[in-house]
Amino acid sequence: MSSLLIASSSQTPDEYFHPDLRDQINEIALRYPERRSAVMPALHIYQERFGYISQQSMEEIADILDMAPVQVYEVTSFYHHFRTEPVGKYHLKICNNISCMLMGADCLIGHIQQILQLKCDETTRDGMFTLSTAECLGSCDTAPVMQINNDAYCEHLDAEKLNKILRSLENKIE
Amino acid sequence: MFETTLLKNTTLNDSHLLATYRSNGGYEALNNVLTNFSPEQLIDLVKESNLRGRGGAGFPTGLKWSFVPRESTKPKYLCCNADESEPGTFKDRVIIEKDPHQLIEGIVLASYAIGAHVAYIYIRVEYSVGAKILQRALDECYNASLLGKNIFGSDFNLDITIHHGAGAYICGEETALLSSIEGYRGQPKLKPPFPAISGLYSCPTVINNVETLACIPHIVSKGAKWFKEIGSVKGPGPKLYCLSGRVNNPGTYELPTGISLRELVEGYGGGAPNGKKIKAVIPGGASAPMFPESELDIAMDYDELMAAGSMFGSAGVIVMDEDSCIVKATLSMLTFFHHESCGKCSPCREGLTWVVKLLHRIDSGSGKSGDIEELEHLANGIFGKCFCPLGDGAIMALRGALKYFREEFIFHIDRGYCPFHKPYSPLMLSSEQRYDHSMHQWH
Repeated sequence: MSSLLIASSSQTPDEYFHPDLRDQINEIALRYPERRSAVMPALHIYQERFGYISQQSMEEIADILDMAPVQVYEVTSFYHHFRTEPVGKYHLKICNNISCMLMGADCLIGHIQQILQLKCDETTRDGMFTLSTAECLGSCDTAPVMQINNDAYCEHLDAEKLNKILRSLENKIE
Repeated sequence: MFETTLLKNTTLNDSHLLATYRSNGGYEALNNVLTNFSPEQLIDLVKESNLRGRGGAGFPTGLKWSFVPRESTKPKYLCCNADESEPGTFKDRVIIEKDPHQLIEGIVLASYAIGAHVAYIYIRVEYSVGAKILQRALDECYNASLLGKNIFGSDFNLDITIHHGAGAYICGEETALLSSIEGYRGQPKLKPPFPAISGLYSCPTVINNVETLACIPHIVSKGAKWFKEIGSVKGPGPKLYCLSGRVNNPGTYELPTGISLRELVEGYGGGAPNGKKIKAVIPGGASAPMFPESELDIAMDYDELMAAGSMFGSAGVIVMDEDSCIVKATLSMLTFFHHESCGKCSPCREGLTWVVKLLHRIDSGSGKSGDIEELEHLANGIFGKCFCPLGDGAIMALRGALKYFREEFIFHIDRGYCPFHKPYSPLMLSSEQRYDHSMHQWH
């Protein structure tokens, strides 16, 4: 994460437009009759690379797709998935919609809050974990469910399983 | 014993691969149509089958296709709605992950019927695993000349692109989905004009759900008559049901339409765990009003559920047992709808804010007398006054709960506590186990 922050805060003019991303987005834009349609794919690409969507990223995307920066911001701010601020290395998204709730998601959230010592939508001070609730992840038959970053779901969760998952992530950090 | 069709390949090894799909008869329907059917004949076949949309609204699919003006010189578009986000629904994910070629064949057939040469699959961002599988399947098709130019040697061309959503339930609403692909905020547009006349980029567009499209190859292969003879007369066919909540055997089940909710929940679902009694069941995703146990003999049929004040919706069946709190369940659903309100119209945006506040108050034991009446008053101000069905769906969920379980709301208000609440226990974790932020370590 720290390298990402450096990348977005102190850039030389050569780096201003990430040429590889620009090429990728230009190619995607060919699949739509209007270039503007590539704005969501572009935001996905930038978020994947930098972890979040910075002001500069929005300006770059606007430039690539012939949009006004405010139009890119308009889209960015509408969709919950797009973040304008960095999150932890591991973004834990626990579903607490009805089926997961019925299967004890609230307890899990309480549990994880206690272990990580943080509330929902907060990030641990070391920048490793962010905790959020997720809207229905579409895996209600394996409730309760959690998604870490954008990866495969962690299913049939209970406290023991959760402890194991958190420990394995923590080991990856070291 | 009902023979499965939509899920028949899902238990095979490597069911997601083209080779598996083709060796089980896959893409033969497409070959047959491109060789022997005119687009009109295909539309007529689907009309005759009485297939109704599986996304929630239940609109007849063949009729929807027939609205696309053939004479229009504008490009036509087919959009596959894979933004499955209704709480309690996960059937499309099974098709996408386990049998993506079934979906792709359906998309090519639908595109041929309406004369589209470009199709988009709008898939929700959380389905990252499914999106990868789907992309791989599309790549396989391009390599095998099943997509691109001159499919099966015909003069029909089609390109399919996956468009990744970004966490907005509203994009499952068809006009919002189109706004989203066009590169705007995912807010719904006024109808009419309907998308079939003026949809994506103001061109004729059909939006179909994943499961709807997956039915098409089978209707071609087995005939409209076969399809029509399964399940309900007015909404026939094999149907995927999602079973979740407090039920012994949760999962995706393929059964005929028209099966009774009781058979589904008690027979296939095995009832509630630990011998508990079932208290309530939601038949079609969070927007569909719940039924108490006494009403479970109702048929899972578009019209019958509608007449009983609920809806087939997405067939996301959610079971609540005697230990489940209806107030909490209602709060959970309404919180979802409030969070997902797109902000375009004030009844939904502002109204749901107040509904959730009141429900929170009741759930936490601080409810006041008159709160239920206030909820009903708010519901009247929201229902039927919203720009799109999101606000209506939210109110239907609320009204369903108040209709059958008003006493539970009254109990919460009068006694000031939840009779079902179990205090949070730190489960099996000792209080010493804490994550130390500065040390990256567990204590």
